[in-house]
Amino acid sequence: MAISEVKTVTASGIPLLLDDIDTDRIIPARFLRCVSFDGLGEHAFEDDRLQDASHPFNQPQFQNAGILLAGRNFGCGSSREHAPQSLMRWGIKAIVAESFAEIFFGNCGSLGIPAVRASRADLEKLASLISADPSTQMTLDLQQMKLRAGKMEVSVSMPDSAREALVTGQWDYLGRLLSAADQISAHSAKVPYLNGFQSV
Amino acid sequence: MVKNTLMPDQRNLFNKVWDLHTVRDLPGGQTQLLIGLHLIHEVTSPQAFEILRDRGLKVAFPQRTVATVDHIVPTASQARPFQDSLAEQMMSAIEKNCRDFGVTLLDLKDKRQGIVHVVGPEQGLTQPGMTIVCGDSHTSTHGAFGSIAIGIGTSNVAEVLATQTMFLNRPKVRRVVVNGELAPGVYAKDVILFIIQKLGVQGGVGYAYEFAGSTFDAMSMEERMTVCNMSIEGGARCGYINPDEKTVEYLRGRPFAPKGAEFERAASWWLTLASGDDAVFDDEVVFTADEIEPTVTWGITPAQSVGISQPLPKVAEIAPDEQKLIREALEFMGLQEGQPIRGTKIDVAFIGSCTNSRISDLREAARIAEGHHVAPHVRAIVVPGSQLVRDQAMSEGLHTIFENAGFEWREAGCSMCLAMNPDKLKGREVCASSSNRNFKGRQGSPTGRTLLMSPAMVAAAAIEGVVTDIREFAAMA
Ligand code: SF4
Repeated sequence: MAISEVKTVTASGIPLLLDDIDTDRIIPARFLRCVSFDGLGEHAFEDDRLQDASHPFNQPQFQNAGILLAGRNFGCGSSREHAPQSLMRWGIKAIVAESFAEIFFGNCGSLGIPAVRASRADLEKLASLISADPSTQMTLDLQQMKLRAGKMEVSVSMPDSAREALVTGQWDYLGRLLSAADQISAHSAKVPYLNGFQSV
Repeated sequence: MVKNTLMPDQRNLFNKVWDLHTVRDLPGGQTQLLIGLHLIHEVTSPQAFEILRDRGLKVAFPQRTVATVDHIVPTASQARPFQDSLAEQMMSAIEKNCRDFGVTLLDLKDKRQGIVHVVGPEQGLTQPGMTIVCGDSHTSTHGAFGSIAIGIGTSNVAEVLATQTMFLNRPKVRRVVVNGELAPGVYAKDVILFIIQKLGVQGGVGYAYEFAGSTFDAMSMEERMTVCNMSIEGGARCGYINPDEKTVEYLRGRPFAPKGAEFERAASWWLTLASGDDAVFDDEVVFTADEIEPTVTWGITPAQSVGISQPLPKVAEIAPDEQKLIREALEFMGLQEGQPIRGTKIDVAFIGSCTNSRISDLREAARIAEGHHVAPHVRAIVVPGSQLVRDQAMSEGLHTIFENAGFEWREAGCSMCLAMNPDKLKGREVCASSSNRNFKGRQGSPTGRTLLMSPAMVAAAAIEGVVTDIREFAAMA
């Protein structure tokens, strides 16, 4: 599909500064018994929320939040795209974390969700700011690679290729891959196990 | 377009295979990589086929994709329709998708069905020098053959179906060396749990791991699969072991392996792919086998583990920024800092999963179980990784040994590794598990607790009713 450019995201924030949050916690496996991603939003963090009434995803003041602040190695574990799908359908439009697990990061890119890194110190300051005033609007600016919230401005980072894809609206990877169809078939003929090992 | 970024003899296996599959490099640093083998299963593929339908696309190379069913299938009875209507719907979806798009499906009626990462190697689909993807993070398993094997998300599944390629950034390569002979009672599972404990759950982010050294050289292909399977638990999207004569002999005669003269040509090519003595790596870490003892996780990440004779860590001794996570884990698990893990009471024992459900795992567990009985308070199940593993085990009488010892003998599937089928923990049950993830809620009860260990250790724990040092158990037996 022709796709929209993602240059800035403006929304209020939700803090979840825990480390090693795995995808089983983001969306428990029983909700993967589905043939479409519809309806996953309401189950984001379901088991954590049941066990902890004070979980940020339970709190009324964060229900309209769109920017998630997270800790280190966010989204580790399984490859399920259901994880960023459930966050997106809950309302998350961008994630700022100390670091991401790779498959999760790639899945966010496929969905047009910016996943950027910030330092732990900055994340903690931002978390206190939005805990004090949950209505604070934050703006993630992917051209300047800055996150602004109230009077604060912090630097964020992400690999160039992922940033480019978002700001130029080329995160429809399928279309770009298809444009090389001729090269793909020519190349496949050169790979030994695709040509009866004649080319070794 | 095959290009060498290093002198040919300085390239490690990863870089040789990557270069061979590079269709084009994009300005932003990404590579459009040709994918040699695409494995799919019922959970992460339905939405991908919908994307193809929406856009009017076909599967570009249908003979390079193979499907099986594993995550949702019940293991007590596999009669259709399943009791779970959602699971039944997913089964119908993969059947229809494979039919509509011309993809081979190894379904429940097919003897070749099983956990996707058991089936690929068993059928000889998995071969050295391939790029292999699957919408499942434990695709890293297939690296045991000297391939680049990575887990992908559902959008990527659609991309690979439609183009047989995807965009990836080339990772760095870290060589993880372990030298020396493993002591009795120490298994491949302990080696990888030890490595993850040392390097951390995110230590491998941005890297492919090459496992090298005499410890891996001495391992069977099945043991190598156990190691590579858990690369992702250390944050490395891919892990691999260089192909050698064992790799070649494992593949000889497998249904999807090349035949006759073609096999010989293939085998000599496979052996040239291995990283040579002067191959260059971005990083290297070295361990020795005698540092490793039977290892058990006590927490909620696979790095939170200890050697069986060691106490749990003390919070004050942990780096300050990790203390919060350690406290959370201790509280969730109901364990105390500094206590031994040995002697921890278990409720459930699970032998299975793509980490440890192959015939060698079942033989070893049966050897431990033989002549003993599961403790009265323990529910114990053995779930073979594929129907062929199951048949093999039954032809050796392993199922009788397990059943006489009080274990349930099941049909092939993912079972209690994750919570998508009827096999689940209840409440706060503690499970000794041969699987790969001890995340909160992973085994189906939000408050259930998982202790990861080798299949032999699971068998011993089932019999004693508590976490047991296999070395002492074996000495007693
Ligand atoms: S056995 Fe477990 S880890 Fe392996 S594919 Fe199945 S669910 Fe995933």
